[in-house]
Amino acid sequence: MMEDVTRIPPFESFYTANAGEVLAFLRRRLGSDRADDAFQETWLRALRAYGRLQHGRHLRAWVLTIATRVTIDTHRRAGEPLDELPELPTDDGRPAYEELAFLTDTLPAKERAAVVLRYGYDLDYDQIAAALGSSPDAARQAASSGVRRLRRRNP
Amino acid sequence: MTTIPTDLDRSFREAAVAADLLDAGYDVVDTPIGPLLVAVTDRGLLRVSFTAGRDPAEELESLARVAGPAVLRAPRAVAAAHRELDEYFGGTRRAFDLEVDLRGQAPFTLRVLDELARVPFGATATYGELAGRAGRPAAARAVGMVMNRNPIPIVLPCHRIVGSNGSLTGYAGGLELKEQLLRHEGVIL
Repeated sequence: MMEDVTRIPPFESFYTANAGEVLAFLRRRLGSDRADDAFQETWLRALRAYGRLQHGRHLRAWVLTIATRVTIDTHRRAGEPLDELPELPTDDGRPAYEELAFLTDTLPAKERAAVVLRYGYDLDYDQIAAALGSSPDAARQAASSGVRRLRRRNP
Repeated sequence: MTTIPTDLDRSFREAAVAADLLDAGYDVVDTPIGPLLVAVTDRGLLRVSFTAGRDPAEELESLARVAGPAVLRAPRAVAAAHRELDEYFGGTRRAFDLEVDLRGQAPFTLRVLDELARVPFGATATYGELAGRAGRPAAARAVGMVMNRNPIPIVLPCHRIVGSNGSLTGYAGGLELKEQLLRHEGVIL
C-alpha cells in the first residue's frame, strides 16, 4: 500500500525517522559540543509548530531548515560572523531544489530559504514561518522580496 | 546513520513534556500481563492497550487521530499512570485515581463506561446488568461492543463484566488475560 505523504504522521514517527540526520547536520555545522543544545532546540521548535502544519509533505526539508535557523541563532548568540550563506538542506528526491539553486544562491539567507521552501517545496507560509522562526507575514514578505530581487537580476 | 545518545534523546522528550507541547505522551509499560502501551493527554488517561500482536505504527496513528499529531513517547508524561498500574499489579491498589480522557465517544458509550468504572475490585457484573445501569436494559449486546472497544482496559475494568451464566465470554486482550485479572482480584480462585 502506498503511504500517504500528505498526511501528517505522529510526531514520534517523524522524529525517529529524522533525528539522526538532524544531529549529524548540527554536528557538522556547530561541532559536537554545541550540537546537543541545538538538537533539542530544533525539535522543540518543530514540535511547537507541528499542530499548525497543513500537510505532511517535505517534513525532512522542513526540519532541516529549522535546524539551519538554529545554527544561525547559535552563531549569532556567540557573536560569530555569518560570512557564509547558511547551507540549505538538499533533498535528493526533490529536483525542485536543484532547479532553483542556481537562481537563489545569491539571495540573502532568509529570502533564499523562503523562496526555496515556497516555490521549491510548495510549503505554506505557516510552515515556512515555523522553519524560519518568524511570523507567516514575515515569511510571505521574505519570499516576495526574494522573488522581486530575482526578477531584477534575471529580467 | 547517526544514533542519538540516550541522554540527549531523553532530555528532548522531558523538555517536550515540561514545555507542555504534546497532544499525547505515551510509553510502553512492563506488567505481569505483558507490555502495555499507556497514553496520557492534558485531560487524563487516553489509552491502555495490549501491545502483543499489534502494529506499533498503527497504534500511534490511532492516538494521533484522537488527540492530535503531537504524539511522542515520553515516560515522564505517563509516570502517574505507570505508578498506579504498578501498585495495582503489586496488590497495593484496588481503585485507580486517574482522570480519563474519553473524548469522541458516543453518549451511550460514555454512560456505559461511567457505570463500568463503578464496578469495584473483586466484583463482577453481567453485560445485561451493566446495560440496565446505563439506562438500556435490553442493550446487553451493545454493551458487549463497548467492552470490546474499551480504550482504557484494566483502569476501566471491562474484565469484571461476564456473561449471564457466569462465563467469561470475551476479552479484547484474550480470555486468558481476563482470567488472570479476575484471579488477581480474587474472583476466580
